[in-house]
Amino acid sequence: MKRITPELVCPAGSLPALKSAVENGADCVYIGFRDGTNARNFPGLNFSTDEARQAVDYAHDANAKLFLALNTYPKPDQWQAGVRAIDLAAQLKVDALIVADPGLMRYASQNYPELRLHLSVQGSATNHLALDYYKRHFNIQRAVLPRVLSLSQVRRVALEAPVEIEVFGFGSLCIMVEGRCALSSYVTGKSPNASGVCSPAEAVRWEKQGDHLCSRLNGVLIDEFSEHEQAGYPTLCKGRYRVNDSVYYALEEPTSLNVLEILPELMQIGVSAIKVEGRQRSPAYVAGVTRTLRSAIDACINNPEEYQVQPSWMRDLDKVAEGQCHTLGAYHRPWQ
Amino acid sequence: MVQSFYQSISKSPVDIVYLGEAVCSKRRNLKLDDWLIIADMLDAAGKEVVLTSLALFEAESELGLLKRICGNGRYPVEANDMAAVSLLEDQSPFIVGPHINTYNPSTLALLSESGARRWVMPVELGGETLKQLQQARPDNIETEVFVYGRLPLAFSARCYTARAQNLPKDHCQFCCASYPDGLLLKTRDARSFLTLNGIQTQSASIYNLIYQVPELVSLGVDVLRISPQSEGTLETIDAFYHAMHSEVNGNRKPIEDWQIVDYEFCNGYWYGQEGMLWKRTDEYKNLESALNR
Repeated sequence: MKRITPELVCPAGSLPALKSAVENGADCVYIGFRDGTNARNFPGLNFSTDEARQAVDYAHDANAKLFLALNTYPKPDQWQAGVRAIDLAAQLKVDALIVADPGLMRYASQNYPELRLHLSVQGSATNHLALDYYKRHFNIQRAVLPRVLSLSQVRRVALEAPVEIEVFGFGSLCIMVEGRCALSSYVTGKSPNASGVCSPAEAVRWEKQGDHLCSRLNGVLIDEFSEHEQAGYPTLCKGRYRVNDSVYYALEEPTSLNVLEILPELMQIGVSAIKVEGRQRSPAYVAGVTRTLRSAIDACINNPEEYQVQPSWMRDLDKVAEGQCHTLGAYHRPWQ
Repeated sequence: MVQSFYQSISKSPVDIVYLGEAVCSKRRNLKLDDWLIIADMLDAAGKEVVLTSLALFEAESELGLLKRICGNGRYPVEANDMAAVSLLEDQSPFIVGPHINTYNPSTLALLSESGARRWVMPVELGGETLKQLQQARPDNIETEVFVYGRLPLAFSARCYTARAQNLPKDHCQFCCASYPDGLLLKTRDARSFLTLNGIQTQSASIYNLIYQVPELVSLGVDVLRISPQSEGTLETIDAFYHAMHSEVNGNRKPIEDWQIVDYEFCNGYWYGQEGMLWKRTDEYKNLESALNR
């Protein structure tokens, strides 16, 4: 079995976050432009052209790679913005473009054949046949897998895939197949696919009702919290709802994905990169998560047989995790 | 029950029938050969038959079945994942389903070159985007729009119907079969919100573009898709059929014949707004007041 050292790919929503990632051991950092061309289109986040240029220089000076996420699906009136972003990425000499839309992939591969393409998690590819198509048409080099496959399914895809495989290692968990979820636009008019946002902050309202705190998304009650409960952000797949006669987290609990326990297996499978979610998070989050994952990956590389999850790693990660707890998500079969 | 449903469809004015399983590979009460028997019956009745395929592939066995569907040799296939496009490319003409993200003319041209002869617009796209895509579409591809039914909004590895019964997905006991219209999910203040259909999440409201039919026709849309509900599907077909043909033959059938006002509808996506919104057209308001008289 091939054993390769996976790259640690970390998020940055700002220059300080990028520096935190690089200083704490990220091999690659991914960023997005400050517009609707990427799936973290949040106010005050992301990079202007100038900042992106500084980001590339900073990363390259530190011997790290810089990836650009261009992973929404442009509608006809957004097409030019997508094309401009590709032109710019090529000029800036980013190390890879993370793309989801087949039309944009075609533009990039025809106009900049030397520009390395990674299929975004938003591309929804969960099998080698889909990857064959993207490889055949656009010569993609790597694919980020949606967070819906079990460990044995990831192994199977990695074995047969014509490209490198990148998997999520830590961060807020999408439980739906990425790129195929319109829940957010159903409620707010804005989705990750079309607008680069899920459950956008502008649609959130907090309401006090008696001693309860209610969170609403465009008027829809996502959850309510009693005084002794910690209120979480109303991401709509992580609310409590009524099905039959029970009120519970009908889709998913607020929790973060954390793969530290299965790091040796992921490395044995031969995944090429492990990705951290969270371009919307602070430089302190990026620093802490990068540091911990760097330590864990290094420990696993140096001595895979003796690898053990350090309690301090879990403690540090849980502190910044959504819901302050973690799960193996779909990697762990019973979750499904 | 399934057979008698398709018997009645064979006598309806429907032109095209999509058969098979798009959601969950564990639903095996009808196997591919059973679907093909139904396909032959519909084909003999003069219907165009398309075999559909899954939107999410996780296990190797699912890809094996996909290869059999794509190699059926008789009926075209609806691709809902790039795996199917990859298999069908240059092999046989196919239909791009609503779960493949065709958002712009460049993607549409690519899929057309790969052999797509029809594409279904993703449900979150609206009338304005449709107009732009219609202006740019290649000559040899038909356009289909989802016009009626619970909106297919998301897919997951997790089965929410099994989760609601505290059953593991691997031993789900096919509990979704007990809910022919899906399992209703309400907010804590009792508002109908979503519908759980196994690993798929749908809207609770029914998407309904009946009043947009003249606009759809004028935009050159070739096919209107109705997603069957457990009851009333034939009446729905009838209503859309008459809405489609009223402009042509001049004898507009009164929409009042279609008793729809009891349902919760939505159409926000058509207007480029939140999908759950129900914008009532003047025509619909007139109908409401006529029925409430």
